[in-house]
Amino acid sequence: MNGFLNQLSLVGDWLTSSQQWHGPDGIPHRLLEHLTYSGLSLLFAALIGLSLGLLVGHTGRGAFAVASVANLARAVPTFGLVVLVVTLAGLSTAPVLVALTALAVPPILINTFEGIRGVDPDARDAARGMGMTGWEVLLKAEVPMALPLILLGLRVAAIQVVATATVAAYPGLGGLGRFIVDGLARNDYELVIGGSAVVVLLALVVQAVFTALRRVVVSPGLRAPASGP
Amino acid sequence: MIRFDAVSKNYPNGTTAVDDLSLELAEGGITVLVGPSGCGKTTTLRMVNRMVEPTAGTVSLRGRDIRDVAAPELRRGIGYVIQHAGLFPHRTVLDNIATVPLLLGWGRKKARARAAELLELVGLPAGMAKRYPYQLSGGQQQRVGVARALGADPPVLLMDEPFSAVDPIVRAELQTELIRLQKELRKTIVFVTHDIDEAIKLGDNIAVFRTGGRLAQFDSPERLLADPADDFVAGFVGQDRGIRRLSFVDAAELPLREGRVLSAATPVARARAVDEPWVLVVDGDRRPLGWAAVGGLPDEGTLADAVLAPLGHTFSLAGDSARAALDAALLSPSRLAVGVDAQGKVVGVADAYELSAATSGPEKDGPSTSAAPSGEVGKQGPPVHEAGEKR
Repeated sequence: MNGFLNQLSLVGDWLTSSQQWHGPDGIPHRLLEHLTYSGLSLLFAALIGLSLGLLVGHTGRGAFAVASVANLARAVPTFGLVVLVVTLAGLSTAPVLVALTALAVPPILINTFEGIRGVDPDARDAARGMGMTGWEVLLKAEVPMALPLILLGLRVAAIQVVATATVAAYPGLGGLGRFIVDGLARNDYELVIGGSAVVVLLALVVQAVFTALRRVVVSPGLRAPASGP
Repeated sequence: MIRFDAVSKNYPNGTTAVDDLSLELAEGGITVLVGPSGCGKTTTLRMVNRMVEPTAGTVSLRGRDIRDVAAPELRRGIGYVIQHAGLFPHRTVLDNIATVPLLLGWGRKKARARAAELLELVGLPAGMAKRYPYQLSGGQQQRVGVARALGADPPVLLMDEPFSAVDPIVRAELQTELIRLQKELRKTIVFVTHDIDEAIKLGDNIAVFRTGGRLAQFDSPERLLADPADDFVAGFVGQDRGIRRLSFVDAAELPLREGRVLSAATPVARARAVDEPWVLVVDGDRRPLGWAAVGGLPDEGTLADAVLAPLGHTFSLAGDSARAALDAALLSPSRLAVGVDAQGKVVGVADAYELSAATSGPEKDGPSTSAAPSGEVGKQGPPVHEAGEKR
């Protein structure tokens, strides 16, 4: 217990010391790098995962392929993927982004696809029967009804990406992983724990952002008491 | 209005959903498509708004081949109601109803004003406008479904088993409500059901389908009951179709006798002179009081002194059918039905035998065909008997 409190005060000291808040090694700069990697990867993954998920969910074609690919991709270890891509492509930001994107696509793709496919067939039939075009059915009926699942996929992907973006530090890039990797190399546990704490905090913030987003964009009609928030 | 010309629907796996259907549905009436499951009735309905495309033949709407119009545009002009309502869970009741007006680009304000009107039309309180579908009962959801179909005031309404998922009491309510709405709106309605009673209650005309997608008979409900085209139709309309037919005979046409109706002031001796086991006792305004058993009358005095058996229920000559009259006769202690006028005054009485005799007039014409009957065949016409019956 004493040890734990000790660690906690170490983290506190580390976080509050002024040198952590300035310069290229400071938290703000590293956080910005981290958010850039995460944000870009998530953006690419969302473009791929959402469009593919919407397409396959709406048309019903290629469902099996999507499920297989997504499950396979989920089984690939991210760390191994980063090392592999860096080895093949050389040291730069691109391989890291590719690896993080590959990590984020499966949850987005699967949840989007499942969300669209799981739309009440009667509601879909009614949408078509009332004269909605294919696009209108997708955008005015299927997507709003699938939104809880689509957001869930994005949230899972975002948290995974934010947590995993630390691996960017291994091939020598920046981000919050720098603190952890450097700390481990120098046996500087204050740095390791401090860096980890910031990553955890960031993940919690992401979680909070998505919870807030859900409240704003998901219709109250989809938050029936049985499946409530 | 809606015309099927040699329409077939075959699927690549070899099943035939609809087989060479030719049918013309009258404007402004309810046509019910009925039959066992797998008979092609739903496929037929869905071909009207191109949710299913026929493999042969043409469907036309007001003389125009429906393939000349793009499917979404066609559908916006045709109301569509389905079994479980299929409401959009993410939209409020009001916005569900406003769906088609919004698709047509009416603008939110106008579409919502129209939706509010429709909410009232289908008998839902304005307070429901802001609710979401999950907060409604099945019956309420189905009312919203009907309101949504009426959104842009389409001349044609397609209803695919709309009431079959609700309990019998609510179903009866919704049926009555539809009849009321139809009197007001005069839409051309195509209504699919597997329930022959529902078909008879709602239909101006009924198309009976048999398995394999063939039309077995297309006729008015009373003709269907009186003269089924074959054993399949006879079996499908049921064993008690003789009783059901009575629904189409107006009670006002029934012969009633007045001799057994006596006022309470009548002396007992005169009641005995009628020489019947039961007499009906009425008050000074000819309102029924109850039945007096002649055998149990006191020795003297008037009928006011007699112990009266309860009336059972009466039937009204202003509105009831012969079926209600027969029911009243069977439930009455005297086995006599009491007919009253619109003011509740007794017109006369009749027993079950007399009532059934009244419903057997001469047969109207030969065996029916699948040709289109004229719009209002014989709801007021003379009753027909069961000459064709040889089962």
